Amino acid sequence: MTMSEGDLAVAELAFVRHTTIAPRPPPATMTGALGWVRANLLSSSFNIVLTILIVGLLAWAIPEIVKFLFIDAVWTGNDRDACLASVQHREIGACWPFVWERLPYFIYGSYPISERWRVDVFFVMLAVGIVWLLWLNAPRRDLGAIYFFLILPVTSFILLTGWSAIGLRPVDTVLWGGVLVTIVVAAVGIVCSLPLGILLALGRRSRMPTVRLLSVIFIEFVRGVPLVTVLFMASVMLPLFIPEQWSPDKLVRALVGIALFASAYMAEVVRAGLQAIPKGQYEGAMAVGLRYAQMMRLVVLPQALKVTIPNIVNTYIGLFKDTTLVFIVGIFDLLRTIEVARIDPKWATPVTSTTGYAVAAIFYLVFCYGMSRYARAMETRLRRGDRR
Amino acid sequence: MASDLPASARPASVVFYNDPRVRSIAYQLALCAVVVFLVYGAASNAIENLARARIASGFGFWDQTAGFDISQTLIEYSSRGSTYGRAFWVGLLNTLLVAGIGIVLATILGFIIGISRLSSNWLLAKAAGCYVELVRNLPLLLQLLFWYNAVLKALPDIRDSLSIGGRVFLNNRGLFLPTPIFKHGFGGAEIALLIGIIGAIAYRIWARKQQERTGRQAPVLWVTLALVLGLPLAIFILSGAPLSFEFPQAGRFNITGGTEVLPEFVALLFGLTIYTAAFIAEVVRAGILAVSRGQSEAAFSLGLRPGPTLRLIVVPQAMRVIIPPLTSQYLNLTKNSSLAVAIGYPDLVQVFTGTVLNQTGQAVEVVAITMLVYLVISLATSLLMNVYNSRMALKER
Repeated sequence: MTMSEGDLAVAELAFVRHTTIAPRPPPATMTGALGWVRANLLSSSFNIVLTILIVGLLAWAIPEIVKFLFIDAVWTGNDRDACLASVQHREIGACWPFVWERLPYFIYGSYPISERWRVDVFFVMLAVGIVWLLWLNAPRRDLGAIYFFLILPVTSFILLTGWSAIGLRPVDTVLWGGVLVTIVVAAVGIVCSLPLGILLALGRRSRMPTVRLLSVIFIEFVRGVPLVTVLFMASVMLPLFIPEQWSPDKLVRALVGIALFASAYMAEVVRAGLQAIPKGQYEGAMAVGLRYAQMMRLVVLPQALKVTIPNIVNTYIGLFKDTTLVFIVGIFDLLRTIEVARIDPKWATPVTSTTGYAVAAIFYLVFCYGMSRYARAMETRLRRGDRR
Repeated sequence: MASDLPASARPASVVFYNDPRVRSIAYQLALCAVVVFLVYGAASNAIENLARARIASGFGFWDQTAGFDISQTLIEYSSRGSTYGRAFWVGLLNTLLVAGIGIVLATILGFIIGISRLSSNWLLAKAAGCYVELVRNLPLLLQLLFWYNAVLKALPDIRDSLSIGGRVFLNNRGLFLPTPIFKHGFGGAEIALLIGIIGAIAYRIWARKQQERTGRQAPVLWVTLALVLGLPLAIFILSGAPLSFEFPQAGRFNITGGTEVLPEFVALLFGLTIYTAAFIAEVVRAGILAVSRGQSEAAFSLGLRPGPTLRLIVVPQAMRVIIPPLTSQYLNLTKNSSLAVAIGYPDLVQVFTGTVLNQTGQAVEVVAITMLVYLVISLATSLLMNVYNSRMALKER
């Protein structure tokens, strides 16, 4: 057996290591918590300055907030004296007894106390409907949709406004208020805006010039003006356009304004979805002999709505925040009830306003953040189908 | 010859009501009829209702004396001598003022936060993310009420005003700033500023041409600063500083002199800026993420540092994606300024749709004029932005 040149060279060496040396651990400053801090917080002198600034800001802001909401907060009391620094001789944070006392007002407004169970039933029914629709693995979601879009609106209308024939005392909408009104306005906007928006979007893409023109005028007009003016129009001009005996009450006028406003925005969202559908889908549907309505219902809209679900939810978030604007045309939504309660002399203290606004902030934050998380989860779920 | 064609090539005879063209015309006629009917019904009801309520119609009220005061007027206005038309212009200017300043501030803040969200500094990115999530998920109206009622109205009253060196005062009646008074001879500095700006633009054009020709960079920033700031300042000092300030004087119950900034204005500006900045930040972030990673990697491999990479490579390309949604955010800010009515800042809606509508009762005319104004602003802004957008858009062969 002959040896190659390389083997000879190896044979001449005194020592050859046969096993590989295990890799050495990276320097301690590059791994673990320390390495993470170096890489993510202190990577350059500019970053060091930024980190110090933000840590300083947080170190100032977070204790202040915690102090206001919890440590210095007043938890019990009967009137403003409990929350006045001059009476209590200490620093005063949030005035929670004010919230406890006014909580029924914040939730029901001036809805008659003996009838408030009806509002509770409405809330429960709405929650059932929302869970049924949003929970994607729920059984019989088709029934859920019928329940949400047909049964729920009718029953809750009867439940909330009352119907003497079945023993429910009629309650004037003037007495409605607080969370009830916020939820009703948001729900009506959500339920009305999607079908109207789809119709407008289809109209805008229609081949009939009149339909297209009317849709474009409506959509661009509503999107070009502020919601406040739409609400003003609904509340002062609508009664003029309608025979006196049919004149709608204040809440209905605002609901009309909100629904029209939301549907114009929804139309643009749906239109974006329709545009994302390749032409072949339309042509394929027509080639198998589907009529326009069938083509839209069975082929185009299911795909278009699927890709726009995150945007639809985002529009709903905007709508939910916009419900606060009914405040301006004199409807007692949650924000307005807080505004009324906070200037009540019984509880007028320097901290009452901030406490009231904190309650409203938590309410809106929970709902809007919840919706945006749902939209994001939906987005990842829908994208799963496109991954290869 | 036509008669030689097989039967199937001739258009199939269709009953006229199944002809798509006939159907389409029928649908459109039906729609027109419905619209005409609705409009006619609404108009006749309106005429009847207005006649019953004895409300005048038409635009005659425009020249009537207004008879109410407005707390912030950029043009001359008095309750006795001014007309409703004048009040309209005052309101419109107030709207444009708050929207204009708000747009500038929201753009600056929004870009800072949007870029911060993508920072390599973990803490900064998370803090910017929290800001966006918090601000976007709270109604603007709530934020405005908070700034106005819980922050600005909670400031000390006039006697205990916060002050900076006795020259600037902040209290629950507003912010009081010194008023500049231009004396004779200030015009020289103004002319110098004009010349400086023209010179700076000319220098920029020359510097760009030179860089394209020779590759050498000129110190554009320093020359621009010298021309725009240095030149007017030098003339100003040489002509003996013809400028003085009228400082606000703190009394026991009142502050006299100086320029007063309404707390309503400050609250509205704060609210609009902070709210819109969160949306602009998202727009900016999406725009920057839309620039492919290869662009910044190529810039790094050429030896550019992160700052110049962002400024020269990423942002110019991201601007193409950013501009259209940015425009709609600007329009949103302008439209949202109508929430002023909730805190009593005298903008168009508060003055015109609020007070003028209440005094005249002419809902149709007043609401129509207000909506028309916002429509014109919307259309004009989107037109301007479209022009800018088409100049910025990718030039493809």
